[in-house]
Amino acid sequence: MAKNSIKIKAKNKGGKTEVKALVKHVMETGLRKDKKSGKKIPAHYIKEVKCEHNDSVVFTANWGVAVSKNPYLSFKFTGGAKGDSIKISWVDNKGDTDSRSAKVK
Amino acid sequence: MVSIKRRAFLKGSITTGVLSVAIGAGLLKPNVVLAAWPEDAFSKKSLADALAALGASGAAESGDIKIKAPDIAENGAVVPITVSTSISGVEKISVMVEKNPQPLAANFELSSKCEGFISTRIKMGKTSDVIAVVQAGGKTFTAKKTVKVTIGGCGG
Repeated sequence: MAKNSIKIKAKNKGGKTEVKALVKHVMETGLRKDKKSGKKIPAHYIKEVKCEHNDSVVFTANWGVAVSKNPYLSFKFTGGAKGDSIKISWVDNKGDTDSRSAKVK
Repeated sequence: MVSIKRRAFLKGSITTGVLSVAIGAGLLKPNVVLAAWPEDAFSKKSLADALAALGASGAAESGDIKIKAPDIAENGAVVPITVSTSISGVEKISVMVEKNPQPLAANFELSSKCEGFISTRIKMGKTSDVIAVVQAGGKTFTAKKTVKVTIGGCGG
């Protein structure tokens, strides 16, 4: 199971908040073949990432298989203050999920 | 406008609450839960089809969209892409790679508070145009940039 798979950095500067996140995930495309057995490795990738600021959704990412392994994500929004909470959660195609909260710095 | 925001907010908070319970109990499969995930657009094999599935065909090219990506990517498995735009009221930003098996790489839904800015890393099978599609206020704008890939990121 996925645990502690998310790293979040959120910084407030001049009334804008920039959120950067790193997720640990294999992001398998389903197109690659196992070199030993020659069988295709089944797809395993994050489908949806939801980012909440003080419990309201500000940003949603829908991902396909073409997002890199251990994906990186960054976005900016206006508003937000130091100490606000940022929560990021993801769901992958196998139903695995993880979420983590961080404070805006 | 107020009611729409309220609805989106309620929907968001309710689904996350219900979702975690439902998944925890093993009641729901993820493909049932993720109604918003554009399955149709991700499954398309050609750029034109994927654009059409997003409702973005016949989009105008815009100089207000900037794609920051390397001219030459040594490793196609990790290509940093940043899309920024000065267009106001951006609702959706999509990143497409024309020559990938499935051109749509990622689709981002931005709330009204967000700036027209996203950054992520994608995989590219071979040298191709990277296309940013920005949907704002019912209109669609695109921009593209060619990225050369020396080692592909799809397949082995």
